[in-house]
Amino acid sequence: MRRTPALLLACVVLIAAGERSGYDDTGPETRAMQDDDSANPGFLWVREGEADWSAPAGPDGKSCAACHGDAVVSMRGIATRYPAFDQKLGRPITLDQRIAQCRVERQHADPLPPESDAALGLSAYIGLQSRGMPLHVATDGPVRPFYEAGRTLFHTRMGQLNLSCAQCHDQRAGQKLAGAVIPRGHPNGYPEYRLEWQAMGSLNRRLRNCMVGVRAEPFPPESPEMTDLALFLAGRSDGLKVETPAVRP
Amino acid sequence: MVRVLLNIPKQVRKNEPFEVKMLISHPMESGQRRDAVGLAIPRDIINLLVCTYDGEEILRADLFPAIAANPFMAFSVIAEISGKLAITFTDDHGVTQTETAAVEVV
Repeated sequence: MRRTPALLLACVVLIAAGERSGYDDTGPETRAMQDDDSANPGFLWVREGEADWSAPAGPDGKSCAACHGDAVVSMRGIATRYPAFDQKLGRPITLDQRIAQCRVERQHADPLPPESDAALGLSAYIGLQSRGMPLHVATDGPVRPFYEAGRTLFHTRMGQLNLSCAQCHDQRAGQKLAGAVIPRGHPNGYPEYRLEWQAMGSLNRRLRNCMVGVRAEPFPPESPEMTDLALFLAGRSDGLKVETPAVRP
Repeated sequence: MVRVLLNIPKQVRKNEPFEVKMLISHPMESGQRRDAVGLAIPRDIINLLVCTYDGEEILRADLFPAIAANPFMAFSVIAEISGKLAITFTDDHGVTQTETAAVEVV
């Protein structure tokens, strides 16, 4: 019988180690908004993305659907695997960068401006096809050094407030910053609708937001640092379910 | 044209209330903010929402500032017969848009 406390402790530690989505830290009203597709404002963007998926673009008049067919089939589970390694570039790229790459190189169309409604819409529509599936990005093999670079960035103090991501989102997650619970900082719902923005935004925008918050100079939107950080965050939230388009306060 | 998501049940029961839910993509600019150089940003909100059922008005709402962007509207309707639900809204620029949905009473 003397083993029981140790066993109980092991169980408690295991439960505590389970990752917690930002969803669990938002209020009941916000959760209800995310749960009801007809009340989730992210679906305004999703429906735009759905229309754009089969809209011809570029000089050849090729749509996403011309190559990929029905997104419900072809894009299922795709968002769970990004950021992923790109052979040609020799480094990982995010799903948003992949969409931009496809648009320029395959459709020969003008790139969609990052954070534009059109870019967010396509990203949200593709992300939606993985909703409810566990995030699982590759963190070893060729992406390992980039993943480790992301980990280093996560633990690097920055800005006038001299804070690292880890100090809030690892060490003080679950505590409060002003009136709000500090979430673990998982990227499982992007692009997401943020009530504060009253708009949809990408993970990039959210990271910039945080960096400005600690009064640091944010990395440029499409910089390698941002991607490395996104890769580390995705690896850190391994197994969490995709919630795109999530609603957050 | 702004993007609208209008949601009603596929089928409704006679004389039983059902919920009409609508999301409108609109900035709902309150008119109380200033831009980077200090000029007032003119008010631009949806100020009128009218719902008709087979042409007969069943709901009219005057809207005011202090409503967040991309407003979500929900209200209950009781139908006796199948018909066409139409919702028309107007914003401060005078832009009017109508969304319709067929209601099937079983």
